Parts: sequence; structure tokens; C-alpha cells
Amino acid sequence: MGKPETIVEKIWKNHLVHKEPEKPNLMYIDLHLVHEVTSPQAFEGLRLNNRKVRRPDLTFATMDHNVPTKNRDVIEDQISQKQMETLRKNCKDFGITLADMFHPDQGIVHVIGPQLGLTQPGKTIVCGDSHTSTHGAFGALAFGIGTSEVEHVLATQTLWQKPPKTLNVHVEGDLGTGVTAKDLILAIISKFGVRFGTGYVMEYTGEAIRNLSMEGRMTVCNMSIEAGARAGLISPDETTVEFLRDKPHVPQGEAFDEKAREWLALATDEGAEYDETVTIKADEIEPQVSWGTNPGMCVPVSGSTPDVNESDNHDDVARALEYMGLEENQPIQSIDIDHVFIGSCTNSRITDLRKAAKVVEGHQVNDDVRAIVVPGSFGTKLQAEKEGLDAIFKEAGFEWREAGCSMCLAMNDDVVPPGGRCASTSNRNFEGRQGNGARTHLVSPEMAAAAAIEGHFVDVRQFAASVYS
Amino acid sequence: MEAIREHEGLAVPLDRANVDTDQIIPKQFLKRIERTGFGQFLFYNWRFDDDGNKRDDFVLNQPAYEEGSILLAGENFGCGSSREHAPWSLLDYGFRVIIAPSFADIFYNNALKNGIIPIQMNEEQVHQWMKQAEANELVLKVDLEQQIIRSNEQEVQFDIPSYHKENLLHGLDDIALTLQHEGKITAFESAEQA
Repeated sequence: MGKPETIVEKIWKNHLVHKEPEKPNLMYIDLHLVHEVTSPQAFEGLRLNNRKVRRPDLTFATMDHNVPTKNRDVIEDQISQKQMETLRKNCKDFGITLADMFHPDQGIVHVIGPQLGLTQPGKTIVCGDSHTSTHGAFGALAFGIGTSEVEHVLATQTLWQKPPKTLNVHVEGDLGTGVTAKDLILAIISKFGVRFGTGYVMEYTGEAIRNLSMEGRMTVCNMSIEAGARAGLISPDETTVEFLRDKPHVPQGEAFDEKAREWLALATDEGAEYDETVTIKADEIEPQVSWGTNPGMCVPVSGSTPDVNESDNHDDVARALEYMGLEENQPIQSIDIDHVFIGSCTNSRITDLRKAAKVVEGHQVNDDVRAIVVPGSFGTKLQAEKEGLDAIFKEAGFEWREAGCSMCLAMNDDVVPPGGRCASTSNRNFEGRQGNGARTHLVSPEMAAAAAIEGHFVDVRQFAASVYS
Repeated sequence: MEAIREHEGLAVPLDRANVDTDQIIPKQFLKRIERTGFGQFLFYNWRFDDDGNKRDDFVLNQPAYEEGSILLAGENFGCGSSREHAPWSLLDYGFRVIIAPSFADIFYNNALKNGIIPIQMNEEQVHQWMKQAEANELVLKVDLEQQIIRSNEQEVQFDIPSYHKENLLHGLDDIALTLQHEGKITAFESAEQA
């Protein structure tokens, strides 16, 4: 046996097309996911230079960022409409499969990739979207790229990439009851900061990670970019294999088992070395709530907003508190909310909806709160309806919507008004993210569900004690 | 993209860390299907109030910085979304150089693809220039070939990966360069299928 290797080293070696001194490596890309917002200029570039899409068969497109989630037949925003029509035309002209707004495979690009089995261990996956890191949950090397790189991949199926440094994010012990993958990743970013992953590919390891479902792993990898890392991944194991079995785009029958053996062999070898390692204890983590304007500004739900003078970076803290309309040392559970958003590529999958529905069941949304549930894909929506989850949400006073990115970035009509305060299961609490002047608090689906009912943040472990007993 | 060899310009101090791409260009302006015309939306929510009036206290709205073309910023500049609309809006507004203690990875790449020079510089130096630019007019001369930034008082060396430097100096089309290796790409694909 040779030197023990990390999964990143193995995937890198398997995709190296060309290397020369003083230059990044030319890497082959196995899957290119495309959506309406970051692709029009790339296709335009191809036309101007009379270039084709090299591998339409390795390219897959959908519409997610702009699509309306209320009524699909009326798109009031003409510019969004044009962007979607442009994608339709581009896919037709260049021979790319498109799951458009009315297609059964439609959904948030990072939800449908895994659901369709397009996402597989060992693949290199790119998309003009920073949350492409989500696919790393399967042991794929997946990262977001800009539009120039989208054009480059369309034309060449490759990218120039510097071999990444690796960072082991080791999670010791297991999460407590009622503490979720979302709380784990928020706690990680809050502990190590929003740039500790810059320049690295992160690999999440440890017992708590192994015990997560694939949906939970996707939530964790999804937010790697919020820690600065373009890619975050988890070595494949039996959980990965079982999730992918029978998915439409994976090999079937015996061929699947053979493929699965290849996947499992990609896992990081015992004794492999990382460039850096950080460690966090899972059993010390409580449900998290973000109080500020970046995802590192989080505290446990039992905590309070920071004290400005006691903070290292008091200008940033003061500025964030001002934007958020909060006082210093304010208890998190005293913060009233008026919007709840359950959705986004972080937390809109079937298990997220099941867990939120359990918390909601038998309760009513607070009179001062407008709450919406936006399933991550059309497939997820159908599954949830089959299980009666839609009825639970609707009876409680939630709006039940069509699939899309929706209020995570408010490019469609799902906007939080200026000064509005939202408990959101999404990934970014940047200023204006959910609407100009809107205030975002990042939480898990369970915490968002409980806040919808109480009208302010509560510890879901107490609120829904019967669910967890 | 346009080649860039040297750039001399007025420095604009944006003394904030973690400036994210949602701030650089808010999402309501991502719906255009062209690469041009984004400058008017740069830092939109910081430049304009809810009624579309200029906010006088924001640095880009101050007359002294109107001609600015070098942006000085805090660490982790360009974090968040991969939207290339961020460098498009900076470039269209007139910025050719951004100097910060650190950049987010995706933004750094996106800037390079558009002929913007992202210069990573130690925090102390950025802070010193930030203070100078806040107090007086600060003109910096960036010599990419020599990797030197000159002010009236000093010369400071900077690092940039040689590959990126070459592309910037020559305004090279990345895709054309890659296609020189098309034989290797095809060979890779054949081996995969075998």
C-alpha cells in the first residue's frame, strides 16, 4: 500500500488532465449544473466566439433562483421572465437537458442533483452558485464558480485549479437530542469564524458526522462556503450508498454494487494527513440562532446578543446590532419575529420538512407571523404531500409553496419587507439578503417552526419536549 | 478581457471587513443577461436610501472620491455568493484594483477573469493607506509587471501568482489557452470511457 491519502487527494489525482510548473492544474469536470441567473452571459460568450458546449451530456440545467413559488402561470417580473426564457433558448440551442419550471425534476439545483442521483461520490461538480459545496456531502469535490468559469466549463469541460489545501473539521462526540446538523454548522462557523476555511477544502470527520443522515450532511457541507471554503466534503460510507441506491441516474442492480465499492474506496485513508485540523465537541452544542449580519454571528438559544465593549471587533458588532435593530446583551428568546421561512438549499429536503412538521403539528402560527414553507424540489413537494405534511403546515397557518430558492435571496416575489424580522432556515443573514432592510436570523427547521408558533425564539427542545421524549 | 499593466488612481477607503457580494451588488440587479451596465448598482443599498436618494455619509458618494479607481477594503472582501456581477459592477463603476488583507476565494478568481487586480496586502499596510486616504488625497501607482505599489512616500512589493499575472498582463482568453490542450482533454475522456 502506498502513502495514505485524503479523499481530496484521490479525487484530484483521478481528474488531472494536465499539469506544468508555475501553473494551476487542468482538472476534468464530471458534472456541470446550470441555472438561470449566472449562465446567460456564459452562453453569450460561447456564441460570440462560435464555440459549442463540449459535453452537453455532463451538463444539467434547472430554474430555481427566480421562479415564482405561488402561481407558476403568472410571472409578473418581466426581467425574470426574460432570464428564464433565455435559459430555455440556451439549453435548446446547445442541447442541454433542462428541468424547467413545469418539469417534474425541477427544484433548487443543490436539492435535485442528489435526488436524481446526478451527484455521486468521487465526482468533480461545479455550478455558478456558491452553495455547490452541498454536493460534497456525497464525497464529491463540488464548488461554486463565477460566470467566466461557467463559460470555460461549457466550452472545455475543464477548469484550471490550484491543488487545494485540506482542512479536517473534526467533530467529536455526538449531537444532543433536538440539536441538528444546522446547529452544528452554525456552531462551527461561530467558533472558528467566517474565513477560517478560505483557501481550503474542508473535510468533516468524526462520530457526529457519521451519525448524520445524508440530508444533515448536505446541510453541513452547504454552509462550508460561509466559513470561506469553496468546497466541504464527507467521505462516503454506507449511509451515502443507501441514499443513492435506486436513484434515476445511478447504475442499477449489480452494477450499482460494483460502483458502490468504488465509492467506498474513495474515503480518506487511516493515517492520511491534512494541512490543518480543527476540533469541536458536538455534545456541547445547543440549538443556535444568528443575531448579526454574517453566519459567524451566532449564539446558543439560551444566550444573548454580545456586549459591544467586550467584543474583539466592536465596530462590526455595533454595526450589526444596529442593522438588526437589537440591543447588546439582549436575550435571544426575547426577540420577536414576524416572518418564518422554511426552505433553501440548506434546509428544504424531506427530512427537514418532516422534522418541522412534527414541531408544528397541533399548533397555530402566531397571529403576528407570516410563515411559508418552500420545498426544495417538485419531487420533495410531492413526497411531502403524500405523507400529509402539507396538511399539517396549512392547518397550522403556514403557506405551502412551489419549489425554488424563494426567500433565501428574495429574487422572486418572496421578500421580507424593510425592518421585517425573519426566522429563516437559509444560509446567509447578510444585510438586505431577504429584502432591503430585512433582518434575518438563521436557525434550524425545528427552531423556525417553534418560533413561528410562539412569535419569538424558543428552545425547541423545551417547546416540543414531547416530540423528543 | 482588457489587458492591464499599470494603473494609477485615487484610493477609496472602504473600512469594513467581510464585505459580501450581496452588498457589492444586491440580488434585484442580477437579472440582466448582459455583462455590462452594472456600475450604477454597485453597493446600491449603501449608496442609496429607500427612496433612491444618495446617502451622503457613504464613501463613494463623497465628492473627494468621485474619481476613485483603487478600492481599499477590510479582510475577506467579496465573501458570499459566486455572482460575477460583483466584479462586473466594480469594473463598470471604474475600479481596476482592489487592495485588501484577504479575499474570498471565488471573488478573487472572478476579479482576475475581468481584468481587475485583487491585491492581497498585510493588514497594517492596508490600514495605513486607509488612514491616509481618509485624511488626504491618496494616489497609488500599481505596477503589475514589477509587482510594486508606489505612493508619494513609499514603494511596497506585492504578491500575485505568476499565472494570473501573465493573464492580466496580456488580457488572455482563458478558453483559447485551454483549448491548446484539447488533445489531452480528449485523451482523458477516452481513458474514462475505456
